[in-house]
Amino acid sequence: MIVRGGETVLIQGITGRQGSFWTGHMQAYGTRILGGVNPKKAGIEHCGVPVYGSAAEAARAGPIDASVLFIPPLGVKGAALDAIEAGIKKLVILTEHVPVQDVMYLLAAAREAGARVLGPNTAGAVTPGECFLGFMPAFNARVFQPGHVGVISRSGSLGTLVCLKLVEAGFGISAFIGIGGDPILGTTIREALVNLDRDGRSDSVVIVGEIGGAMEEEAAELVEKMDKPVVAFIAGAAAPPGKRMGHAGAIVLGNSGSYASKRGALEAAGAVVVDTPSGIASALRTRQTGM
Amino acid sequence: MNFEEHAAKPLLAAAGIATPSGELATSPEEAAAAARRLGLCIVKAQVPTGKRGKVGGIRPADTPEEAARAAQAILGMEIAGQRVERLLVEARAEIAREFYAAVLNDPASKGPMILFSAAGGMEIEELSEARPESLLRLPVDIRRGPERARLEDGLAALGLGERGTALADLLERLYGVYRENDAELVEINPLALTQAGDLLALDCKFTLDDSALSRRAELAARGTPEKLTDLEAEARELGLRFILLEGSVGVLANGAGLTMTTIDAVRHYGGEPANFLEIGGDAYVKATPALKLVLANPKVKSLLINFCGAVARTDVMTEGVLDAWDEIEPTLPVFFSIHGTGEEAAVAMLRERLGMEPFELMDDAVKAAVAAAR
Repeated sequence: MIVRGGETVLIQGITGRQGSFWTGHMQAYGTRILGGVNPKKAGIEHCGVPVYGSAAEAARAGPIDASVLFIPPLGVKGAALDAIEAGIKKLVILTEHVPVQDVMYLLAAAREAGARVLGPNTAGAVTPGECFLGFMPAFNARVFQPGHVGVISRSGSLGTLVCLKLVEAGFGISAFIGIGGDPILGTTIREALVNLDRDGRSDSVVIVGEIGGAMEEEAAELVEKMDKPVVAFIAGAAAPPGKRMGHAGAIVLGNSGSYASKRGALEAAGAVVVDTPSGIASALRTRQTGM
Repeated sequence: MNFEEHAAKPLLAAAGIATPSGELATSPEEAAAAARRLGLCIVKAQVPTGKRGKVGGIRPADTPEEAARAAQAILGMEIAGQRVERLLVEARAEIAREFYAAVLNDPASKGPMILFSAAGGMEIEELSEARPESLLRLPVDIRRGPERARLEDGLAALGLGERGTALADLLERLYGVYRENDAELVEINPLALTQAGDLLALDCKFTLDDSALSRRAELAARGTPEKLTDLEAEARELGLRFILLEGSVGVLANGAGLTMTTIDAVRHYGGEPANFLEIGGDAYVKATPALKLVLANPKVKSLLINFCGAVARTDVMTEGVLDAWDEIEPTLPVFFSIHGTGEEAAVAMLRERLGMEPFELMDDAVKAAVAAAR
C-alpha cells in the first residue's frame, strides 16, 4: 500500500493520547485528515476536525480514502468492519495484540470489499514529502527525504534506522511500507513488493525482514522476476529457537522461519542480503551501478 | 499458550469428539490404580510438546504393575527441556486405522486452514513431505465456516468416501473447537478409527492465541505457562519482553526489530549478548526498570544501549536510563547509539549527566561494547 498526498484520511480513535499526538504530527506533515471517530464523543471537534460516531457517519460527510486505527486490541475488529462497510479502501491498523481470529475475520471482509489493510502491529506508511499514516518520524529530515528507494519493513524501529542510514548515504525514500510484526498481516512482504515494483517513482527496493513465518521466502519468488535491484536485511540471526523475539510473528519453530532459510531464498533470487543495517546503502549503490 | 494433552482433550469432548477414558496420575501408585480401573492402558508423559513417544515418554501397560513401572520410568524425565511431573493413563483402544486432523491459522491464505490426512501418527512436517498426496488442505472463510460439500469432496478425493459423513462431522466439530476457543492450532494426531468403527482422538495438541488471553481467562488458567527464569518472570510482571541469553554484553534497545538487530550485531562482531530486552511501543517509558533488569544479571560485563525512535521517544528512554544509572551507580562500561525522535534532547542529556557522546554508528557502539566485555 502506497499512500499519496491528496488522499483523504479518517482517524479512528482520534481522541486518545496516541491518536491525538500523532494526528497532530500527520496534519503538520500534510496528511489530509478530514475527521475522526469516537462513538462516545460524536459531534465535538478535535485536532481541528469533526469527530463522528462511526466511520459510516464520517463517510456520509465526504469521501474517505484511508483510515488509521488507534484502537485497543479487542475493539479493532469492530472498528475495521465499520470502516470497510463505510467503503474505505485503505486501512492502517497500528494496534499490537489483536486476537488473530479477529484479524483473519476483518481481512476476509476487506478482501471481499476490495479494501487493502496494512498491519496489524505496524508503525504505518510514509510517502516522504507528501504524507504519512501511523506513528513514524516522517517529519525528521535525517530519517526521511523524498527519493527513489522503496522500503518494506516488518519493524518500525528498525525501519526507521534503515531509512536513516539510506538518507545519510544520500539516498531518498519513495515510499516506506511498514507491514507489521504479526504472524498474519493484511499486506505481506510480497504484496508490498508488487506495489513497489509497479511504482514509477521507486527504482530499487530494500526489504527489512525478520525471522519467523515464510514471507521472505514467498517474496523471493517475485524478487527473481523483478528488474529493480533488491537489497535485504533480516533481523534475528542470533535469536534462540522457540522464543518469540518481541514481535508475535518473530519465532523460529523447528525448521520453519529460520534466518538461513530466508537469507538463502532471497540470495538465490538475486537479492543482496547484508549482515548489518549499515551495509544496506553501500550494497544498494553497488547493485545500482552494476546494472 | 500451549496446553498439555489432558487439558486439551476436554475441549474435544465438549464438542462431541470422542476421547479415550483416562485419569491423571502423579505417582506409580496412582498410575497402577488408574490401570486397575481402565484395563489395558497406555501411560503418557504430560508436557506441552510433541515427540514424546520417540523419547520413551509414552508406554503401553497391560497390567497395573506394568503401569507402575512405566510411570516410574517416565516421571522425572526431561522432554524438550520440560520435566515430567504428570501422567495421563488412558484406556487402550483396538485401532484399525489412523488419521491426522487439524485446524490452524494459515498466514498464506490469511485465514483458518483445515488439514486432514489418511496417514496419521506422523508429524505434519514429515507428512507433507513424505505423502503430500494424502493431505487435504482446505482454507476456510472464517466468516462462514467450512463448507460441507468441500469437506466431503476433499475426503472422497482421499478415497475416504465411505467414511465421509463421520469424518466431515468430526472436522466441523474440530473447527468449532478452534473457533470457539481462540485457538492458534488444534490438532488430533493420531485420530483413530477403532475396530468397532468409531472415531477416537488418541492425542490432542491445543495452542491458545496469546493475544486472546484477556478474553479467554478461564480457558488460559488450564494452559501451561511458558517456562521463565526469575528475571524473565519479573520482566513479564513489568510488561517488558526479556529473554535471558548466555553472553556478557547487556543489551537495551527499543522495538522488536531493532533489538533483534542489536543482538545480531553483537554476535556478528564477535561478542555474545546477555539478553534480549526491548522497550518499544508503549513500554518506552519503562527504561528505568528495564535497565535494572539488564544489570541484575551478574554475567553482564558491558552495556550496549541502542535507541532509534519512531513512536518511542529517545529523550524519554534516555532519561529513564540515566535515572536508573544515578540510582544503581553501576561501574561497568556503557556505550550508546541514539537516533530518531527526540535525538537532540537525548544527546544533550547524555552529555550533561554522564559526560558522554553517543556513537554515530550503531556498529561502532556494538564493537566497543564487545571489546569491553572481553
